[in-house]
Amino acid sequence: MPINNYIFLSIALFCIGIVGVLTRRNAIIIFMCIELMLNAVNLLLVAFSKMHYKVALAAGDATTTAGSDGQLFVFFIMVVAAAEVSVGLAIIVMMYRNIHSVDVNFLNRLKH
Amino acid sequence: MNVTLILFWFLSVLALFSALMVVTSKNPVHSVLWLIAAFFAISGHYILLNAQFLAIVNIIVYAGAIMVLFLFVIMLMNLNKSVEPQKNKWLRLAGAVAGGCLLLVLVAALKDSEVTQKSALVNTGDIGLIKNLGKELFSTYVVPFEISSILFLSAMVGAVVIGKKE
Repeated sequence: MPINNYIFLSIALFCIGIVGVLTRRNAIIIFMCIELMLNAVNLLLVAFSKMHYKVALAAGDATTTAGSDGQLFVFFIMVVAAAEVSVGLAIIVMMYRNIHSVDVNFLNRLKH
Repeated sequence: MNVTLILFWFLSVLALFSALMVVTSKNPVHSVLWLIAAFFAISGHYILLNAQFLAIVNIIVYAGAIMVLFLFVIMLMNLNKSVEPQKNKWLRLAGAVAGGCLLLVLVAALKDSEVTQKSALVNTGDIGLIKNLGKELFSTYVVPFEISSILFLSAMVGAVVIGKKE
């Protein structure tokens, strides 16, 4: 599978996530679009890890572990995303408890 | 047009369509469900690349735990019943144009790079198996692995402290 396909799919998912962050007003939807962006990057990392593995296989080494750090980095990204979601949702729940809204435009006006 | 290519296109279209529906759904619960569908499509891509461990972990952690947490919070705040006020039409158009410009710039920058000659190995490959990943994780990357446990501890403590009622 040419690596181009994975690059463009990942770019498209990432840009859809960015449009979501810029366009929506609900803080939870914005958070979910950030998770979408993270997943786009994960997909690209796994595709590149298989590309490097294929290159190393073609260079002759049959028991290479050439691309495994890409997949392990994806594992750590999932770890960090899980921790970040728990703290982020705690912040959103606390915010809702104080002002009974999760509208980011409302929060924007609080600075005045 | 072999099965691999058909599967790739089917999963890609499913992922892109689900992502678009996440961004454009009015009801937050529908957005969460479309995002779960997107995660399943991306896990399908991982299985296609024979990254089996990551496919299962993606389903269990992302679709199974993180999205359920999102659903809890949405249900707790009764957001499934309320209608979210929308941004100004011009602001939404500006957001879509900004995202589209970024898409164009990235695609234009990357379409002629020399890496496009290479390809990713699908269907086979041993590095995605849990045995080989586990060997790498516990030999070369054992320090980040242990530090991630401290990260989880701090996230748990932080979430409890932030959420406490005073």
